[in-house]
Amino acid sequence: MKTRRTLKGHGNKVLCMDWCKDKRRIVSSSQDGKVIVWDSFTTNKEHAVTMPCTWVMACAYAPSGCAIACGGLDNKCSVYPLTFEKNENMAAKKKSVAMHTNYLSACSFTNSDMQILTASGDGTCALWDVESGQLLQSFHGHGADVLCLDLAPSETGNTFVSGGCDKKAMVWDMRSGQCVQSFETHDSDINSVRYYPSGDAFASGSDDATCRLYDLRADREVAIYSKESIIFGASSVDFSLSGRLLFAGYNDYTINVWDVLKGSRVSILFGHENRVSTLRVSPDGTAFCSGSWDHTLRIWA
Amino acid sequence: MSGKTATTSNNIAQARRTVQQLRIEASIERIKVSKASADLMLYCEEHAKKDPLLMGIPASENPFKDKKTCILL
Repeated sequence: MKTRRTLKGHGNKVLCMDWCKDKRRIVSSSQDGKVIVWDSFTTNKEHAVTMPCTWVMACAYAPSGCAIACGGLDNKCSVYPLTFEKNENMAAKKKSVAMHTNYLSACSFTNSDMQILTASGDGTCALWDVESGQLLQSFHGHGADVLCLDLAPSETGNTFVSGGCDKKAMVWDMRSGQCVQSFETHDSDINSVRYYPSGDAFASGSDDATCRLYDLRADREVAIYSKESIIFGASSVDFSLSGRLLFAGYNDYTINVWDVLKGSRVSILFGHENRVSTLRVSPDGTAFCSGSWDHTLRIWA
Repeated sequence: MSGKTATTSNNIAQARRTVQQLRIEASIERIKVSKASADLMLYCEEHAKKDPLLMGIPASENPFKDKKTCILL
């Protein structure tokens, strides 16, 4: 496994990225306020928009591929429709959807383009209707900033998991707003959570330099992925298509590949010249993309 | 004095909420870890063949792997 493409163009730290369902396009956001849509096969930039705030910590691609959502220090989540007009002015079509009282740390469209789930530094998560901007449900329970969220894979339905600075990972019912399960075994902030492909478990990456696997039906932690030599926090985790491999990006500039079932490290990937801040496996599992504070994104296959 | 009673009643209300939440969480049905991990292993096995990053796919099918340069005859 090695770097196959390097996407250069951001002027500052890359904070977040997401794949389009077409397995080819990528949206990424950075500290300088720029959000760029790339074609990962050719490395061409297809769209670029400058946000009115810096530190755009969250970005997401709509399931249809026709819009992107992003937000950060502006405390809002905005949706930009993507068009292919010659002189498109993306900023003009911007739609403010979510309003929080602190920074936006994560956002994700639900199964349709019509609803967005957001997580914020104000300690809450919220579900919004994109068209009207109305708050559909809010999720209270975290004792500190919520840093990440992930929606359950569609077959398993209406739940999502969130992780925060209170060291807790909480699983929520989207319809009732109720927290159905919570897990508190990490020793520090949880930076990233990701569901296992079957939806029965999820992994988390934390500043305590470990990644852990929690099983939802057994309601407990079932595996820890750590090594004495790894002392820097894990910023981002994602599973391979079958769930056998867990890719984790760390603050020591490396990406560790863990065997989920055996608990051992399979491989360590070098290449980034600064912290790895975000990592996602492509929808068809052929590659994964990592974004880093070194201003670049890398596609590994 | 009234300020102090207000905060204590707040603390009580919060503690009540926490206890209620913990009761809800404690009452969910759990399965044994042996069964849960067996299911995870089964899922991995079933889907392993279709996992490109695990099995590797031929360079000709992978859009990211470089293909041989084309030679114009």
